[in-house]
Amino acid sequence: MAKHWWKALAILLLLYVIIAGFTVEIPIIGTNGQSSRGLFFHVPMWICMYTMFTISIVYSLLYLSKYDLKKDVIAAAAAGVGSFFGVMGFATGSLWATYTWGGTLTDDPKQMCTAIAILIYLAYLVLRLSIHDLDKRARISAVYNIFAYALLIPLTYIIPRMVDSLHPGSATTPGFASKDTSGSMKQVLYPAFIGWTLLSVWIFSLVVRYKKLQLKNIFK
Amino acid sequence: MKKDNPLRQTLTLVKKDLTLELRQQYAFYGVLLYIVATVFVINLMMGRPDDKVWNALFWVIQLFVAVNAVAKSFMQENRGRLLYFYSIVNSRVFIAAKLIYNIILMALMSVIALVCSVAFLGNPILHPGYFIGMVLLGGTSLSLLFTMLAAIAAQANHNAALMAVMGFPLIMPVLMLLANISLSAFVTVYQPELPKMFLLLGGMDILVVALTMILFPFLWKD
Repeated sequence: MAKHWWKALAILLLLYVIIAGFTVEIPIIGTNGQSSRGLFFHVPMWICMYTMFTISIVYSLLYLSKYDLKKDVIAAAAAGVGSFFGVMGFATGSLWATYTWGGTLTDDPKQMCTAIAILIYLAYLVLRLSIHDLDKRARISAVYNIFAYALLIPLTYIIPRMVDSLHPGSATTPGFASKDTSGSMKQVLYPAFIGWTLLSVWIFSLVVRYKKLQLKNIFK
Repeated sequence: MKKDNPLRQTLTLVKKDLTLELRQQYAFYGVLLYIVATVFVINLMMGRPDDKVWNALFWVIQLFVAVNAVAKSFMQENRGRLLYFYSIVNSRVFIAAKLIYNIILMALMSVIALVCSVAFLGNPILHPGYFIGMVLLGGTSLSLLFTMLAAIAAQANHNAALMAVMGFPLIMPVLMLLANISLSAFVTVYQPELPKMFLLLGGMDILVVALTMILFPFLWKD
């Protein structure tokens, strides 16, 4: 049981985030009203996505250096889970935008750029499905994955910094400005980061185990 | 004559591709007809569009021309010929030659597309020099990225649909940048972040070339 403590921690933290996230005292700013509570769910999704995509590219690089199929399975699982969290982040953001920006899909550059970034990774998953030879699939998708990550960074880190956005605190960072966030929100936000990231790693480890079982004849 | 100089090998390969193109011109005329047909269809549908629409349509035409023109560069190489190249030149030399050849091809196609657009859709361009520069730069960016994607698609059994699936999301940031930068050629808008956008576009091109040179050898080990 000793190595499972982090799963218990994830559950406890997420319980705390959900309960405290809906009850904690938050500052009411303009039209935001109570919708600011979306922050506890929206921002952690992106952190999970970046964690997963980073794991994915690291394993793709490892695959290209050693040609070990297990590494490719891990890279694919991480990309899949990362895309899932990306879609979740986009959904929570769009939900919030519906009530504060007055439109589910606005022409906000960050919203557009993240939609493209998610499309790039969905293309990665389609690419994997289209090749049947295991070794070839691993090699080609690893190459594409490195391309995808290299374009993800300008899309979600550099372009959003250059153009005006409807996002709160957009003048400084693509994320949120910690200076502008009230203390009571931070008390929930930082546990939320850790909790959701642990949950994403947990889901990822389950997907990896499942995929390895599928291919157990090959791995022995 | 000894030909182990990588630079000379690259130039020889580019020359070989150009000669092939000159001898079997069906690919060239195919794309040419494609451009004229597309532009003419747009003319039939909407006559002479506004500046902004003109700009958007032009870059969409460029995108499809790039997909068609660049995809051909790997499709005409059959398995035997690729194996032959693999045995005589370094894979980096091979991809560098393809990049250069595609840039030349795409520059030519871009100019043709521009002439067709101006002829059929009217000429809303205020700064022709600036826009022609943008068209050549844009053609280069598009051909660089699609060369690598064509190489990936060629490995996956020459699947043309796959190229569109992989390529369109990847090319979107480049297209957005190009459309924004070239807007200055139509209207005198104040764009304070123009130099930054140029830098970003150039940076992306360099990134794509570097990644292609690093990653192509992995694709070729078959």
